Order: sequence, then structure tokens, then C-alpha cells
Amino acid sequence: MIPPAIQALLSHWRTHPLQLVTLLTGIALATCLWSAVQAINAEARASYKRANAQLAIGQFDELRATGSMIPLSRYAELRRAGWQVAAVLDGSLRVDGRSVRLMGVDMVAYPALPAITQIEQGADAPNPADILTAPGRLLMSPELAPHFQSDDEFPPILTSMALPPDLVLTDIGVAEHLLNRFGQISRLVVLPDQPRDLPPLSDIAPDLQRISPSAQLDTAQLTDSFHLNLSAFGLLSFAVGLFIVHGTVGLAFAQRRGTIRTLRALGLPMRHLIGIVLVELLLLALIGGLFGLGLGYFLAGALLPDVAATLRGLYAAPIDGQMSLRPEWVAAGLSMAIGGTLGASGHALWRLSNMPILTGPGLQAWGGGKTPARITGALGFGLLVAGILAFYAFQGLIGGFALLAGLLTGAALLLPIVLSGVLAFLQKRSNTPVGQWVLADMRAQLPGLSLALMALLLALAANIGVGTMVSSFRLTFTGWLDQRLTSELYLTAADDQQAEFITAWLTPQTSAILPIRSTELTHETGPLFLYGVIDHESYRRNWPLIDEGPDAWDHVLNRGAVLINEQLARRADLWPGDTVAITPRHTLPIAGVYSDYGNPTGQAIVSMSVLDEIAPGTQTRRFGIRITPDRASDLAQALRDRFDLAPSAVVQQTAMKAQSLAIFEKTFVITSALNVLTLGVAGFAILTSLLTLWTQRLPQVAPVWALGLTRAKLARLELLRSVLLAAMTAFLALPLGLILAWVLLAVINVQAFGWRLPMNLFPADWLGLFVLTQIAAFLAAALPAWRLLRLPPAALLRVFANEH
Amino acid sequence: MSIRAFILFALIPITSWAQGFAGLGGSAEGFSRPMPRYSFEFPRDHGPHPTYRIEWWYLTANLKDSEGQDYGIQWTLFRSALKPSETDGWQSPQIWMGHAAVTTPDNHYFAERLSRGGVGQAGVTAQPFEAWIDEWHMRGDDLDTLNLTANGADFGYDLDLQAQGSLIFHGDAGYSVKSADGQASYYYSQPFYAVEGTLHLPDRDIEVSGQGWLDREWSSQPLAEDQSGWDWFSLSFDGGDKLMAFRLRGDRGDFTAATWIEPNGHATPLPDGSVALTPLETTRVEQRDVPTRWQVSLPDRGVDVEVSAITSKAWMGTRFEYWEGPVSISGSHEGRGYLEMTGY
Repeated sequence: MIPPAIQALLSHWRTHPLQLVTLLTGIALATCLWSAVQAINAEARASYKRANAQLAIGQFDELRATGSMIPLSRYAELRRAGWQVAAVLDGSLRVDGRSVRLMGVDMVAYPALPAITQIEQGADAPNPADILTAPGRLLMSPELAPHFQSDDEFPPILTSMALPPDLVLTDIGVAEHLLNRFGQISRLVVLPDQPRDLPPLSDIAPDLQRISPSAQLDTAQLTDSFHLNLSAFGLLSFAVGLFIVHGTVGLAFAQRRGTIRTLRALGLPMRHLIGIVLVELLLLALIGGLFGLGLGYFLAGALLPDVAATLRGLYAAPIDGQMSLRPEWVAAGLSMAIGGTLGASGHALWRLSNMPILTGPGLQAWGGGKTPARITGALGFGLLVAGILAFYAFQGLIGGFALLAGLLTGAALLLPIVLSGVLAFLQKRSNTPVGQWVLADMRAQLPGLSLALMALLLALAANIGVGTMVSSFRLTFTGWLDQRLTSELYLTAADDQQAEFITAWLTPQTSAILPIRSTELTHETGPLFLYGVIDHESYRRNWPLIDEGPDAWDHVLNRGAVLINEQLARRADLWPGDTVAITPRHTLPIAGVYSDYGNPTGQAIVSMSVLDEIAPGTQTRRFGIRITPDRASDLAQALRDRFDLAPSAVVQQTAMKAQSLAIFEKTFVITSALNVLTLGVAGFAILTSLLTLWTQRLPQVAPVWALGLTRAKLARLELLRSVLLAAMTAFLALPLGLILAWVLLAVINVQAFGWRLPMNLFPADWLGLFVLTQIAAFLAAALPAWRLLRLPPAALLRVFANEH
Repeated sequence: MSIRAFILFALIPITSWAQGFAGLGGSAEGFSRPMPRYSFEFPRDHGPHPTYRIEWWYLTANLKDSEGQDYGIQWTLFRSALKPSETDGWQSPQIWMGHAAVTTPDNHYFAERLSRGGVGQAGVTAQPFEAWIDEWHMRGDDLDTLNLTANGADFGYDLDLQAQGSLIFHGDAGYSVKSADGQASYYYSQPFYAVEGTLHLPDRDIEVSGQGWLDREWSSQPLAEDQSGWDWFSLSFDGGDKLMAFRLRGDRGDFTAATWIEPNGHATPLPDGSVALTPLETTRVEQRDVPTRWQVSLPDRGVDVEVSAITSKAWMGTRFEYWEGPVSISGSHEGRGYLEMTGY
């Protein structure tokens, strides 16, 4: 009995190949986007881990100075007291318009580095004398090497696969030369084998702090929220894909009712039937899932370079743009496909198992038909409320995502009842019979279309929400760059003496020289960079304060107050009027909070005199130079020539802005890409729904045709119907999208990045999206309409022949 | 391979062992070469000679505690130049390496330190004399009165040394030939130290006293290309005479040299072939066969003795590995001494 039953059930797919394709596509799309995001996340995390291992980061304690740099003499003192430490000088190099991290380590003392091992085992192992003595060698990944090869100012290059991209490793002696930081050390790595009888650090170097690996800035932690963001997007796409699965499975079951009834009448037990159907679904899920995984793998491969660029730009997270296939990823993807398919088919399966043996093949009885719109509506309302409650209960990132999930699913479930209400209202207002018929017909069609429309609603809302966030960010960010980067040139001097020479030389030629003094401290929320500034209208007029007490700048410059950046303000919940403990001995009143996009760490600004008190001996190395913009280029070159400065030591404001904007654009490429893909999936869902509905259209269309409406008119109405439903959904999506944007800007971003952006509205974008939706709806309805137009009258007449 | 091995490269520009132990057989291009009839000048020559490729301050001591138990200590500072020059800062081409060890009758503790010159972490000054790397030091107003310290993770020592005699110059007035081809080094010693102080062992501190021997040697190519290692003896006989003897092992045959030192400080160089150094027994140490019992005969002086390691465990598992430990002497003469064997 079982083999013929299988044959009978499977014959459905032979006669409905399009349905099979739709179902598999639904499963594949759901799996694809979800897996792609998972693959990207896994790859990024693996990259962080690898990079840390490659550079022996996060394995040892470190010593850092309260003032920004450790002098070389302090290193020698520690060594001569027995402390086994290795010196590291960190910095960044600008090459080919991109910023590259330079890590200078004492190659003689630093723990094992895979990169060195690889290079020395290579065919032409370098002579150590070349690495340790001038000009030295730069070690980097092969992909980075071309950027350096064209520049004669850099030492010769050695390439190693065992180095993260965007990082140059070199001996500390070479690094201090490239960075213009002679005799300075950023941090000391405490080596594992210390001798007996070591004097306590507080006796020999009270100014140094010992920091355990757990307290060091951890890339994985920093980027967690970014990855959570991506995961949420993947989940949204997964949900939209499952709408398609749910719809097609429901339709297939409804259409197979006749077969099922016959099989059961012939004596096939329900258990067997359910078993066969389950195996069938599992197989479909597996096939669709494998397709999806393949697609997801390629999608991830295509998106990864941009994600990598984003993570590097935002967090300086080391990540390379290379994908690798992980078995656990395949297993997870297939499980999601199977779980999702079974979940989406659960409703249909449950109804099948409860179907009375002789129930007839009802045509309207699939999909949401049996669940009244009122019940879905109530459920939707419940989810909405639950989302809002969860937001207040959990707060933070979890609360934000709970609110998003509640909002989106709740609104989707509310959609049918709202649309139905609108149509009923329009129907009452309509005074032509055709108009009334069209509206009534649309209401009748709603249960069949509602899933596709829900998908459209979600996709549109996500599009509006994310679009608003990205555009708001872009607008704010560009304005902020203009405010923040006021000086035409930024200069980094090698030491105090050079700084003095340069200042003396520059003074007669420029309108102002703004010294910037900074030191790195440790706050309870993480690393804290403290900047000292002088009184100048450039700050007073332009500095982007988002919250300030009265006469904020006067308080900072004359009365020992501090300005803190938004990240620190939000992390520590400190605002104007509060005080902040910059060091255990220095607690300062907060005069204002300024926005500081693109910076993961805390920052504070004080007057020069306060900085000198907190970190005595901090040297002034950075200067902002105000001149007329058209002279910036020439002056930059003149400075480099006269003082023999590295190219990275003099940076023009325009270059800095262009670079920041480029990083920004990269940041949201991934979001936009996922956005467009979700919208595509939703458009596809509408098409499949209309196509499947088409099979049931004839009995409804035939009487109207018989009453005198031409096929051409009917085809036009078919198009109109689709466009109208899409338009109504789009209207409803707008407020939902704006709420989504608000949650993203005011909740998720604050948690993920530490800054809150003002929300701007972009009606032109909405209009564009609306037009796009209308076109999609038109195209989705075009095929059924064309079929209607070309339908032989005999087919329409046959409808009446079937009636008794 | 690790960064440690990388440093091995730093010290061995020519990596093959066939080129001699620790690269000592490498070419001396660009570096100064030892010449005969050099006139030593002190304290200047107690300090470093950066234009020579390799140099060392090498101190060993045979010590006893109050119960007569034998101990040995080693304190060595090596200098190896990547280029024949010195500069301040990280880019100094001078690499310094310290080795310290304590040998007890049944254990051997050792430690190693590495540094480059130019940053103050390691170096030697002639006046006042100080040789140091990290917290280890050998220092005094001059070479006659020294304080010596070193620490490892689980051992250490703090010793005071007082010279009881004058400096001894090996070979031709300090020009010590190392092969038939004429490879040579400058080589002098202070073999007359009285030593007193404390050894720190993992379980206890021990007061000790005994005799110490300092070797000073610098060169740019002390080994011939075919020479792969050496066996070096510093023996102190109970009668007061001392013998320094070495054998350089090469494909083209061994090269030996020795210095006979009388209690009054009179030194007699003994040419190649005068002293016979014959292994009697080898012991498996760290997967190598190391001779731990030797016959040393110097017929000219009526010396025919057996030299045995106090413990075979005195293996220095450092970047380049070698055996270095205290020995006891029996036969025609009794006494104690130190033995160093490289290239096994």
C-alpha cells in the first residue's frame, strides 16, 4: 500500500512543477540569507581569534603607563630589576589613502610569532641582521604588500600568510623610525617565565599599571553587537522565506485533498500518511536547504569583503575577506532548513491529521482560510504589546530586539484584518457595481494573499527603517565631520623639540596653531583617551556638543571641567552636571557631551593645564593648523620637506574626511544588500501567491465575464487589484518602518555603537520605494493577467458546465 | 620553531652546523681580525670590542658547602655582533646573551637571557668594571674584586670573588691560535679567584666557598670551517698548579692547545699535540652521546689523570646547547675543575 501511496502523493509535484520550484526556492531563500549571515559572523570571529594568536595578543599581562608612552629608560630599569618584559610600539601608517596598523615588537624578546616562523622557514629566509638593523624589514600579508611596494620611503617587505590584513609587523627599532617616536614604548608584554625574587612593580615602576588579558580591549566583545545586528537581519530574511514555504505547502495540501481522501478510503492508515508526508517534507527541506547553503556560501563570499572593511573601519578588527567552509555551519544551516520547513508546514500537517476521512476537496480551505482574521489580528495585537512590554522589562539590546520582533510579527499578523477593514470601508463607499465587485473580490482573496502581503509589509518596513537609519547617519556624520575637522592640516611631530621648531616656523605663516596633547588612561568602562586643548574659537564655535551645561567651554577651559564623548557618557551614564573620575585621584565636573562617531573607545577633553596636572610630562605631538584651504596642500608638502616628516605625519583635512566617509559607506553596504534581498524575496512571494491563486480564480471570474465584462477589462482589474493591495500594504509599512528606524537609531545603535543619532525623514526615498513596490506588484500580476487575457472563452464557459 | 629559534639565527648568520659550533666558523668579512703581538691595555680590554664578531666573559667556579658537598656555577655573557659597529637604540647590531647555571651533585639548573645593545639592557663597561644582562651582573671597581649574581625561575646565586693572582695570557701572549689554518682569538684568564657566597636552590639556600676561573676571549672567526666543536678543560690541581687545555674537533683532525699555570702565576703555552685528551666513557644526555669521563695526559709535566663529571646532567638546554659542568680529577694529580663540550 505504501509505495503506490507515495507515488500518488508525489504525482502532485509532477503536475505542479511550478509549486515544487516555489517551495524549494522558499526553503532555499530562507536558508540562504540566514546561513550567509552566520557564515560571515563565524568567519569574522575566527579571524579575530586567529589574529590574536598570530600576534600573541590577549595571552599575557601587559604594563601600560598612565601617561601615554613608556620611555625606553623605563624598559631598561624594569629589565635590570629582573622583570622579563617585551616592548611593543603601536601606531598607524597611512599608505595609499588607507590607514594600516603598525605593530613594532622587540623581535629579540617578544614571544613566538607565527609570521616570523613562516618567513624564516621560507625558501629565502632573511638574515636576522636585516630585520633588526636599519633599514629593517616590514612583515605583512601578501594582499597588503602592493600598497607598500610602490613607496621608496618604506623598508623592504617580507610577506607572510600568518599575518592579519591591515597590519604591518616590524621590529620596534624600525617602528619608532616610521612613527617618529624614538625611545617610546606603547606597552610592555609581561613574559611568562619570570625569575625568582622579583621586586614588586610598585617599587620600581609605580607609574605603570599591570593589565590582565581580560581587561584589554577585546575585539570580539566590541564587535558582538555588530554581529547581533547581522544575525537579526538574517533571522528576518529567514522568516520572510518561511512565509513562502508556509503558503506553498498549504496550497499543495489543499490541492492533494482529493488524492488523500481516496488513499484513506482505500485503507491507508493516517500514521502511514503522516509518515510519508513527513519524509517528503524532510527530503524537500534537505534539497532546498542544500541549495540555500550553496547560495548562502556564495552570498557570504560576496559580502564578506565589505563586512571586513566595515569591521576594520569601525573597530580596527582584524578580519580578512576569505571564506572557508565549516562543517558546523553546514549542519546548522540544514537544521534551520528542516526545522523551518517543518515549522512552516506544522499548521497544514496538523489539519491533515485531523481531517475527517471523507472531507471533500475544498478549494478555499487552505492557507489562512480556516483561521479567522480576527484571531490572527488578536494574536498580532498580543505580540505587539508583548514586544513593548519586553522592551521595558529587558532594556538594552535584548529589549530592543524583542521590541523589533514583537512590532514586526505583530504588525504582520494584524495586516489581514486591517486590510479587510479598509476594503470593507471602501466597498461601502463605492457606488458602481464593478467597483463593489472588485473590492468584495479582493476581500475574498485576502486570506490567500495575506501571507505574501505580510512578507511585503515586513520587507518594506525593514527597507524604510534601515534606509532611514543609514541616511540619517550619513547626514549627521557628514555634518559632524565638518564640525569636528576644522583645522586644514593635522600634524604629528616626533618629539617636543621638533614640535617647538615646527611651531616656530609655522607661526608667521598660519592663522592659528592648535596644539593637541593626549594620553591614554584606563576608566572602569575601558580605555579612555584624554585630550588637552587650548582656548580657540575653532572649538567654541564648531565642536559638536550634543548636551551641554551653561557656558560649557568656559567651564572646561577656565574652571577645570571636562567634556566627554557620547560613548563614555552612555556607557557610564554620565551627563552634564555629573562628575567623572578620570583617574582615581582626579574627579572632574562634566560640562558637556560631544558626539564622536566611528570611535569605539571613551574620550574626554580638558584644558592643557588640567591635562598636565593629571598626566605630567605628556608631550604635545599633534597640532591642528588653521590656514586658508587653498594653501593646505603646499604647506603640507613644505612641512614634510623642511622637517623630514613621514607622509603620515602631516594629514590634510580633506583626505581625512574622504577616508572617514569611505569607511562609513562601507559600513552600511552589507545592510543595504540584505535589505534589497529581503525585498526581492517578498516580491517573489507575491508572484507565487498570485500564481497559485490563479488556479482558483476561474469560478470567480467566469460569472463576471458572463455578465459582460470583457477579458481585457478583467485583466486590467487583475493588475489593479495587485497594485492596490501592494499600495495599501506600502502605506501601512511606512509608520511601521519609521518606528523600526526609531528603534534602530535610539535603541539598537546606542547599544551596538555607543552613539545615538538624530532621526531625519527622507520622503523622496519613500516615494521611490513606493514606486518600486507598485512596479513589483504590477509585474507579479502581469503573468496571471496575461493568462486571463489569452484565456479561451470556452474555458470560462466550462466553469458553468461543472456547476450542477 | 619559535622566536627563540629566530634568535638562534641572529647569532648564527650561517646556519649549518658544519660551519662550526654557533657559527664560530663563519667568515669574518667586515669584522676586525685578531693579530699576533697585540698589546693589551687594561682596563680598556676588559670592556667590549664591538668590531669583533664574538666575545665572552666566562666565569666558572668549583664550590663546596660546609659539609664538603661539591657544587659548580657558571656565569657567562656572550656578545655577538650582526655588524661590526655599535649604535644607540633598538637598532644596535650587538646582541647579548647571558647563561647562568648551578650544578649540584645530582641536579643542574640553568637560565638564559637575551638582549640587544644600545638600550641599556645588557652590556659591559671597563671602568668601573660591570658586565650585565637584565638583573644579572658581574661587577666591581676592577676585575680583582667582583660581585656576581644571576637568577633563574627556581635558582640563583650571589657570590663575592677576590683575585689571588695575576691575569694569565694564553697562546702567544694572549694570541691564541685555534687551527692549523691560523684562526685565532685574543684570550686571557683570571684563574685565581677565591669565591664565597650563597647559592639559592628551590628548596634551600646554601653558603659556599671555593675557586673561580674567568675567561676573556674575543675574535671574529675563532674556528676553521671544518671544525665543529670543542672540548675545553680548566683544571686546578691540589698542589696549586692549573691546566687549561682544549681540543678543537675537525674533519681534518683535532687541534689541541694548553697552558700550564704555576701557583706563582707563571704561564707556559703548550703547542698542538702536547696534551692528549681522550674520552673514556660517554653518557646519553638529551639524546646525545656526551663524553663524561676523560683521560688527560701531559707527559711533559708528568700529568696523567682521569677527569670525571660530578654529574652527567650538566646539559645547557639553551638556544645553542652544550655541556658545561664541574669535574673531579684523580690519578697522578687530584683536584677539581670545569669541563665544557660543544658540538655534540
